[in-house]
Amino acid sequence: MADLVNFTIDGRAVQAPKGTLLINAAKQAGIQIPAFCYYDGLSLQAACRMCLVEVEKTPKLQVGCTLPVAEGMVVHTDSPQVRKARKGTLEFLLTNHPLDCPVCDKGGECELQDMVFRYGAGQSRFIEPKIHVDEKQWSPIVFYDAPRCILCYRCVRICGEGLGVGALGIGNRGAAAEIVPNRGDHLECDECGACIDICPVGALTSGTYRYKTRPWEMEHVGTICTHCSNGCKTTLGVRNGDIMRANNRDRSGVNGEFLCVKGRYAFDFNEHPERLTSPLIRSGGELKPISWAVAIATVAKKFSEIRRVGKFGVIGSNHTSNEENFLLQSFARQVLRTANIDHHRTGDVAALIDALHGRTAALATTADLFTAKAALVIASDLAQEQPFVAFQLRNNARLNRGHVYAVTPGPVREDNYATTTRAEPGHEFEALETLREKLAAESELVILFGAAIKGDGIRRLVQFGDSLGAPVKYVCLVDYSNSRGASDMGLLPGLLPGYRSVREEGLEPGLNYDQILAARDLDALWVVGANPLSRNTLTSAGAFIVVQDLFLTETARRAHVVLPAASAYEKNGTVTNVCGDVQKLSRGPKTMGAKTDLEIVSLLAREMNEDSGARTPEQVFEIIRRTVPGYNVPVSVIETGGAAATAPVNGRVIHEPAPELIRSAGNTLFTSGTLGRYSNMLNRVMESPGALYHDPRKAPIMEQGSVQMEELQRPQ
Amino acid sequence: MTFSAELERRFAKLLDSYPSGRQRSAVVPMLLYAQDEIGCVTQELVEEVARRCGVTPLQVDEVIGYYSMLHRKPLGKYHVQICTNIACQAVGGEQLYEHASRTLKLGNKEVTSDGLISLEEVECMGACAWAPAIQVNYDFHHFVTPERFDNLMQALRDGTYQRKAS
Repeated sequence: MADLVNFTIDGRAVQAPKGTLLINAAKQAGIQIPAFCYYDGLSLQAACRMCLVEVEKTPKLQVGCTLPVAEGMVVHTDSPQVRKARKGTLEFLLTNHPLDCPVCDKGGECELQDMVFRYGAGQSRFIEPKIHVDEKQWSPIVFYDAPRCILCYRCVRICGEGLGVGALGIGNRGAAAEIVPNRGDHLECDECGACIDICPVGALTSGTYRYKTRPWEMEHVGTICTHCSNGCKTTLGVRNGDIMRANNRDRSGVNGEFLCVKGRYAFDFNEHPERLTSPLIRSGGELKPISWAVAIATVAKKFSEIRRVGKFGVIGSNHTSNEENFLLQSFARQVLRTANIDHHRTGDVAALIDALHGRTAALATTADLFTAKAALVIASDLAQEQPFVAFQLRNNARLNRGHVYAVTPGPVREDNYATTTRAEPGHEFEALETLREKLAAESELVILFGAAIKGDGIRRLVQFGDSLGAPVKYVCLVDYSNSRGASDMGLLPGLLPGYRSVREEGLEPGLNYDQILAARDLDALWVVGANPLSRNTLTSAGAFIVVQDLFLTETARRAHVVLPAASAYEKNGTVTNVCGDVQKLSRGPKTMGAKTDLEIVSLLAREMNEDSGARTPEQVFEIIRRTVPGYNVPVSVIETGGAAATAPVNGRVIHEPAPELIRSAGNTLFTSGTLGRYSNMLNRVMESPGALYHDPRKAPIMEQGSVQMEELQRPQ
Repeated sequence: MTFSAELERRFAKLLDSYPSGRQRSAVVPMLLYAQDEIGCVTQELVEEVARRCGVTPLQVDEVIGYYSMLHRKPLGKYHVQICTNIACQAVGGEQLYEHASRTLKLGNKEVTSDGLISLEEVECMGACAWAPAIQVNYDFHHFVTPERFDNLMQALRDGTYQRKAS
């Protein structure tokens, strides 16, 4: 902030750092210069001409979005000449615009509508017939209506620069110019829909939302995406209990407006016709609907019997909330008196916490990924498996010139901008040695590692990090929306919430995931929001199986009692993302008949006369804040939709290492475990299901915009 | 995709003419030179130029859509371009174009069935002082009247047309 320049906008003396663009300097002074094409974080386009302003001693109107402020500059943003220019620009933009606002998706939240309302003329001098072009469908998700387009290039730039995909361009010129997709008449891309959300008008619309509702008819609920572990905030548009759309146009949350195809369009599992809406009980070899009262009573009775003499196995979820996981493990340990509790572990978080023993500052937050001077990715196809994490690193490289290194077994999209090295699984450390010199030269580093690095490998990795000299932070890449929370909340046979050993409480570690499924004498298997029998077999033939899930999964089909669970979009609570950031879930839609897992566990507790007293997510979260190390996060941050970093680091973690249990889900951009199978949109796009470490030559994936980086304005 | 040795030399020089990382600047001249050799811009050429310049095929497509001198379909052996912009129009450019269209039986950007001649109505070619002007491939012809035009077309058909020394 050394060099401040002094200038005048609309008679007000203003100061701004040298090099600030006039449009941003005015904004900081509280003066809005209207613009369509200018967009924070994207390269300058100066295509729309809306931001023309008068600068004294300059003969013509100047483009406010590309003009850096200068000492002594005198600017008028509201002179008669400027107002006339804006009217003229809008008149031109409307030359061929169909003005079909009454049926347009964007009507009511359209930037063109707002601009014409505020700055436009009431009349047009054009009497020529408007050029009409029929709308086109480029994919199940992306539709394009050329006449509505104002050619601001936002979609072209977000796709090329922001996502690094570059699937959109401009074809033809003049009045015939229009946005074109990369495959002639269709798109082959990430199907993320960033182009649709960033469109200031209704030119790009989505197959999910188009012509379904008006924006003001929906309630807008900010919650956290329930697919991968990156914890993107997504704002659900809910009408009459149904989700109509998901986006994050208000840029709140750790992800700004980033969302991938899963966050924007794969919410449709929620209204899948196969959603369970009634408890089911096995009778005569078949699962038949039954009332909640009978179902809960049946399970409570059976659990009460078995806890006296029998052996339980409890498998928790990677998708349920922290509160539900906390309550489940405390119910299992205290009410069922079993230590046999686990979940599908997709990353060895416990080993990382152990290896760091006590270094709370060594866990990277989501925000760190965008600001770190350097990042190293090991054994992950980041752009596929961790879309938002990859977006953070790519944009750190693009906007902040962060360095990115990657050690992967096959081609990854990071190859386009990072220093990458191939290493077969098990040979990552040899590859790391070849990078040692470069890594040691970095002033700080974030290391992100996939499931191939586990157990002793993590200890070795931390030793490697320590040997570099500079401060190193770590991210243990996990796969599902609350994998990290499941681990942090003690869904582990040997660890209580916050990675305290069960031995601290005088208990012995119980059976783990594989041991539960392999135990011959298991009397009850309680599966909450997981589908272990999709890949594994259950050895114990006589076990009483209770499953809480959204769908009749492979596991639920084997159950004696199935309890229909609410999805993450239908509950309040918190989840912890891959970097340990806690964020709040808010209930949007409702599914008749389903209950949250918190409610179900509470009902069971009451039925078994073991009421814990904590029934609401808020009450349980208070207990978590008080008792789980590292989770004493500020409520104000969580309640206002922010992300609060947790650091459940508590010295050494005494645990039974079981690296064989760490199994990556291997999800691509277009798969999401069992949940993804119930999303029609996710399965309909041509890119689905995709593949990890695929050959980039076969994909439309090329880094665009990297060569213009030097001119790019950094976000203010 | 293979090109003549001479064209390859030109490409090599082109790619060397821009600072490192800015090879996309070579897209337009590469397309123009290659179009002269191949006859038009094929999809194969688009992909080849994209590969050599480090951009996506879509970015090359954008350039082709923008510049009217790049053609997706083959033109005639002789591409006749008639200016109807303001200076030429003032001295009979439009009538000349209409005459050409009628006598050659060609619409805008159409090619004769024998592939010899193609016709295009173009904007100003910078020959206003000698209007009306036409261009046959890269050669200019000045003060063109319908009669002179007919003689020129006859020469193209007879094979007696002499390229101007360049």
